[in-house]
Amino acid sequence: MSTARAGIEKDPYLAAFARLRKESPAWKGSWTRPLREAAITRFAEIGFPTLQEEEWRKTSVAPILRVPFAAQPAYSANGFTAKALERYTFEPWECTHLVFINGHFAPGLSRLRPLPEGVIVEPLAQALEKRRDEIEPHLARHADDRHHAFAALNTAFMQDGVYVRIADGASIEEPLHLLFISTSRGEPVVSYPRNLIVAGKGSRLSIVESYVGPHHDLYFTDALTEIVAGEDAAVDHYRLQRESEKAFHVAVLQADLGRYARLGSWNISLGGGLVRTDVNALFGAEGGEVRLDGLYITGGSQHVDNHTLIDHASPGCTSHELYKGVLDDRSRGVFDGRIIVRKDAQKTDAHQTNKNLLVSEDALVDSTPRLQILADDVKCTHGATIGQIDEDAMFYLRTRAISEAAARNLLIQAFVSEVLHGMRIEPIRAGLECLLFTRLRKGHGAGVEA
Amino acid sequence: MASSSTKTIQDLTQRDYKYGFVTDIEAETVPRGLNEDIIRAISEKKGEPEFMLEWRLKAYRNWLTMKEPTWANVHYPPIDYQNIIYYSAPKVKKQVGSLDEVDPELLKTYEKLGIPLGEQQRLAGVAVDAVFDSVSVATTFKEKLKELGIIFCSFSEAVLEHPDLVRQYLGSVVPYNDNFFAALNSAVFSDGSFAYIPKGVRCPMELSTYFRINAADTGQFERTLIVADEGAYVSYLEGCTAPMRDTNQLHAAVVELVALKNATVKYSTVQNWYPGDKQGKGGIFNFVTKRGKCLGENSKITWTQVETGSAITWKYPSCILQGDNSIGEFYSVAVANNYQQADTGTKMIHIGRNTRSTIISKGISAGHGQNTYRGMVKILKGARGARNYSQCDSLLMSSTCGAHTFPYIEVKNSTARLEHEASTSKIGEDQLFYCRQRGIKPEDAVNMIVSGFCKEVFRELPMEFAVEAQKLLGVSLEGSVG
Repeated sequence: MSTARAGIEKDPYLAAFARLRKESPAWKGSWTRPLREAAITRFAEIGFPTLQEEEWRKTSVAPILRVPFAAQPAYSANGFTAKALERYTFEPWECTHLVFINGHFAPGLSRLRPLPEGVIVEPLAQALEKRRDEIEPHLARHADDRHHAFAALNTAFMQDGVYVRIADGASIEEPLHLLFISTSRGEPVVSYPRNLIVAGKGSRLSIVESYVGPHHDLYFTDALTEIVAGEDAAVDHYRLQRESEKAFHVAVLQADLGRYARLGSWNISLGGGLVRTDVNALFGAEGGEVRLDGLYITGGSQHVDNHTLIDHASPGCTSHELYKGVLDDRSRGVFDGRIIVRKDAQKTDAHQTNKNLLVSEDALVDSTPRLQILADDVKCTHGATIGQIDEDAMFYLRTRAISEAAARNLLIQAFVSEVLHGMRIEPIRAGLECLLFTRLRKGHGAGVEA
Repeated sequence: MASSSTKTIQDLTQRDYKYGFVTDIEAETVPRGLNEDIIRAISEKKGEPEFMLEWRLKAYRNWLTMKEPTWANVHYPPIDYQNIIYYSAPKVKKQVGSLDEVDPELLKTYEKLGIPLGEQQRLAGVAVDAVFDSVSVATTFKEKLKELGIIFCSFSEAVLEHPDLVRQYLGSVVPYNDNFFAALNSAVFSDGSFAYIPKGVRCPMELSTYFRINAADTGQFERTLIVADEGAYVSYLEGCTAPMRDTNQLHAAVVELVALKNATVKYSTVQNWYPGDKQGKGGIFNFVTKRGKCLGENSKITWTQVETGSAITWKYPSCILQGDNSIGEFYSVAVANNYQQADTGTKMIHIGRNTRSTIISKGISAGHGQNTYRGMVKILKGARGARNYSQCDSLLMSSTCGAHTFPYIEVKNSTARLEHEASTSKIGEDQLFYCRQRGIKPEDAVNMIVSGFCKEVFRELPMEFAVEAQKLLGVSLEGSVG
């Protein structure tokens, strides 16, 4: 399958693994070692994807492979202070913040608040050995790394992230904020954030993952989050991707839902030079509900690829998906949404929409909404549109003496508000709106932060 | 009610293939297998000029380096390309002047197929270039068309009599190395139809060809080329039936359409090849490459297809919209019943300015059928003001069938406007109930609803064809609602 790409690109990663196997104290004697070894073996088998592979037709990973990335071996603040992190949170926002720098937990910068009973929030690396019995049945058991080289790499090299466990019936009102900061300081650095969230029966939880990095830094983030939602659990997940405009970002979110479990996912991509995210939801039992919302706002020469997969493997589940993109300059957006309705998944209700707004002559967009339906008593629709700012709307605003630039910004804001308004954490919604507004006013329609 | 309508559906879906019979005519064939000698033999038998042989060999050498595509959502046992007879011609070799000289066995076959190849054809207004297996045996209405300067003949005849036109346009839309099956076709194609409509001529009748696979184990490799010169108009019909046969038969046809400035080409297909039996045994493998090129300004190509037959369909009639203001249209009804698999759709490639395309695709799945719509809309950099509207609806008629939609949209010009909509559902209980309440039999109710579902496509078919298509759909789906 991947014969087209020479195996040599895998070598630095295989060599790094061999070195860590020998030297890493954290790996020594750990139960995760066989897990890591199995993952690197799978990676060695499948190799990096090529454009010939259907799932990667529109995104070439060659630029990532050209850079000799190295992981940072141990924690260092790299000069970050609590003050410097403020710009990456939205105020007023009182909640638990866990900060990770280049893949390692930063205890001094994190802010932990008292947690309700039955809620465990710990850095994954610490929890791994202490809570092996709880973690082992879930870690790397949900995300599919057999077809995704970067998921396999993440399992092989996983560094740190969060482990969250909510006991049956427990809930946490405040959102959990995970802030993953990367900085290269001259040498291209790769980090492998890894999160595991296990929500018990009837539990409630909101989690926010932010990925950020200073301007112009060249680094690579390969992240993976697994969510296991038990019966009747409700999990809201936000991804705010605001990486540096030179950064590479590949991430997978896998959510497995139990009976009547509910998932809300907001996948917001603003930064990054080359970005690929996979958001996958699996209905493991009947009655589940999923809402996948996404927004990608790109400018410059950004390339943002969003893949989603909703697997209706059980009957009576509902999914609503809305992904919107605003593409400026020479940027490129890719949307590939797949809905599978398995044979016995009767009474499925699935809706998918992808809308794209091209605001520059040179922006490109590829949209591939897919439906695979093997049951008959279903209601499934999908729609995709690609267009420009409506001339009539523009004219309407111009006749009311609104300048062309202001009118354009207003219309872009109106276009994206459909996604933002669905968000259930007010500071994030307001913060993002503000962020977009400033950005639009500065004249670059989108993308990276200045 | 539910049980009676289920039964109706079953009756409908389990009806036998009506057109299964084998005509016993002596056929002239070449040995099994494929190599350069076979290609030389085919070319020689047909008395082709040197350029054709060279082209075939070039295609064959290219084919050897190609791999069979695996991306389609269809599953079938591997095909042994060396176990196929690549050429078969009924031994009536001579071109005939009148119907009396045609083998009566052949005429009977056409009668069973309902081709109006007698006196009544003049009344029906259909000019038929009947392709029996691989060699054209009779072409009618030639004289009338000749008066207008229209060339409508078998491909072999065109190669001999109009080599310049063939040379100019053959492979200009589907090159010999386009894809695996097109390359195979280019190497071994036996015959097909050729039509040329000169400048400013409006073809007064629907041109029509009936293809029919006959001799056992003979792959059919048809090649059709239609050229509409500036300001010309032509409507072309293609319809197929094939006799019942147990071993799978391969069919890899190529159709090329060229529309020059202000020209319009309308290409309509009703495909009803043997789909295999209820257990999914046998049936035709239909791997077809169809493509049209809107070469000139304001040109227009319309594909309309009703696909009810074949065990496997792999077919994407496409339009290359090169001329400014050119229009591409695709209307399709695809039915997959029993164990049929259909992976079909279209490609609209917008190159010129203000090009427009419309895609209406209706998929119906019943039994264990798997129906896939796979389409691509590509807007290239220079295609300012391009416009596309796509609509793909699927109707599910059993709990074991599947309907899949894979649209690919690629936009490289920001002035483009595209809309894609798709829906999948089963026949509404309330719709059925409404009809039943008014004393309509469940079977008729299903037919009515399905006809309504497909109306947008049938509307595009020429009258005679629309009637046939509607009948065919009824036959293919009798008894299909749960």
